[in-house]
Amino acid sequence: MLNQISETEIGELKQVSTKIRREILLMIHKAKSGHPGGSLSSVDILNVLFNKCMKICPDGKNNPQYDLRDRFILSKGHASAALYAIMAHCGYFKEEELMTFRALGSRLQGHPSSKMLDGIEVSTGSLGQGLSIGCGMALGLKLDKINSKVYVYMGDGELEEGSVWEAVMNAAHHKLNNLIAIVDRNRLQIDGSTENIKSLGNITDKFSAFGWNTTEIDGHDFKQIYSAVENAKISDKPFAIIANTIKGKGVSFMENNAGWHGKAPNEEQLNEALKELV
Amino acid sequence: MNRECKSVRSVYGQTLVELGKQNKNIVVLDADLSCSTQTQLFAKEFPERFFNTGIAEQDLMTTAAGLACTGKIPFVSTFAMFATGRAWEQIRNTICYSNLNVKIAATHGGITVGEDGASHQALEDIALMRNIPNMTVIVPADALQTKQAVEFAAQYNGPVYIRIARTSLPDIFDEKDYKFSLKANIIKNGCDVSLITNGETLVETLDCAKMLSDIGINAEVIDVPVVKPIDKETIIASAKKTNKVITIENHSIIGGLGTAVCEVLSENYPVKTLRIGINDEFGQSGKANELMDFYGLNAKKLTQKIMGLLK
Repeated sequence: MLNQISETEIGELKQVSTKIRREILLMIHKAKSGHPGGSLSSVDILNVLFNKCMKICPDGKNNPQYDLRDRFILSKGHASAALYAIMAHCGYFKEEELMTFRALGSRLQGHPSSKMLDGIEVSTGSLGQGLSIGCGMALGLKLDKINSKVYVYMGDGELEEGSVWEAVMNAAHHKLNNLIAIVDRNRLQIDGSTENIKSLGNITDKFSAFGWNTTEIDGHDFKQIYSAVENAKISDKPFAIIANTIKGKGVSFMENNAGWHGKAPNEEQLNEALKELV
Repeated sequence: MNRECKSVRSVYGQTLVELGKQNKNIVVLDADLSCSTQTQLFAKEFPERFFNTGIAEQDLMTTAAGLACTGKIPFVSTFAMFATGRAWEQIRNTICYSNLNVKIAATHGGITVGEDGASHQALEDIALMRNIPNMTVIVPADALQTKQAVEFAAQYNGPVYIRIARTSLPDIFDEKDYKFSLKANIIKNGCDVSLITNGETLVETLDCAKMLSDIGINAEVIDVPVVKPIDKETIIASAKKTNKVITIENHSIIGGLGTAVCEVLSENYPVKTLRIGINDEFGQSGKANELMDFYGLNAKKLTQKIMGLLK
């Protein structure tokens, strides 16, 4: 029986998610640009990963356990606001720095840059590349007999990139059981519904057919997220978690609205949103 | 001219094996062309450190990037067309932007790909690699220079692109007095015209210089194996001496060595510079030597062209 997450822990996670959501909106509002929709859909998963599931190393290379840390790749790099907010919460850098998001000279680039910010494993932003990078990291860790896991967080629209499926084959071929892919299945991309633009169909079946172990969860249910990841850790194959989420989650007027993929809220919208996030 | 030629690709594969013995962090990746690129030599010796991604060049490049993130030194090989064309954005956005320690050693660059024809003749690879920040671009001209360029890449920290010639090439450099560096090599001193080249056209240019010398033209021949960062000083000094510069390359005249030389000269010492290479067109099938002749890149055609220009 795997560890379960307690009600107390769930209460704490909920508070953290609310705080992260508020910060995301404040950051994007301040920057007057960014990606609220896909950041908000990712918050609960990133929260559980960074606070409950992953071996993280916010103090960086000074930590003797640094080489043994789990690796996280934000393949959907446009959800950077969510990643930065969770990283600040976990102590990678001071929370004040969040408000420099997307500004000239900031370490918090529009899409994550490993050259600018310690803790970012690799620069991302161009979709369809994270899973292959994850395969390479997983192969490297296996060569070094390091038991760390590699987590690759992808968008569902991103799965339209053919390179993703090259990586899916690669991972299955090498039986990379240290690789965990999480798909943020919010069903929306910039131009509208994924099913209208290029139907993704049953993503879980697709990963299974390629030889992965899979599970499908509610990506806003902390218990389900936690147990899916804990299961993935003991998989004998690469593991895909298809997380059904709501784009814009937590802000009623942003939820399930593709228009909020890459738009900053104005003052009024920000205040309205923050009222909902308490 | 008949002389003994060496398979540069075999030298590449053998060098990888030697490097693999010295450093366990060397890993090699290929995309179903390991017999052509000769990475198979490494695969046989170190199967656990060889990864064949199948016919998937985007996955090839980004998997190498991931391996580099864990401290490995990946050498990635496939044909230049697919390495630099298909996977350009992976190289740009993942390898170079993160400044990852990935070495791309691509074979089958230039018109000398031969019979496979235009679809496989990468005439743009140097242009595509040269314009990405953090990338070092090397075009070796013989077996020894190839070996040393690969060894250099292994100890250098950062992305490197090496164009490994498909054709077998005669020895130009001697182990006794050659040591690879980022500098250009003045192979022959001259005062009438500067011939600046690299890779498979170096031997043709040297033969051309001999023919020119027979008719009283004293050409300077400069080998520029490192197209980026380019050795400006040697190029400028030669231009000051001869005031006539001709670049010769097995690549499109747009964006490659010729363009790089023009950039240096136009900003520092403008002299009339002629670029010889493949004009803005696709190649075609034929034997490598026939194509070198057809596109005016062998010694005889180069000599004819240069004689005409200098008259």
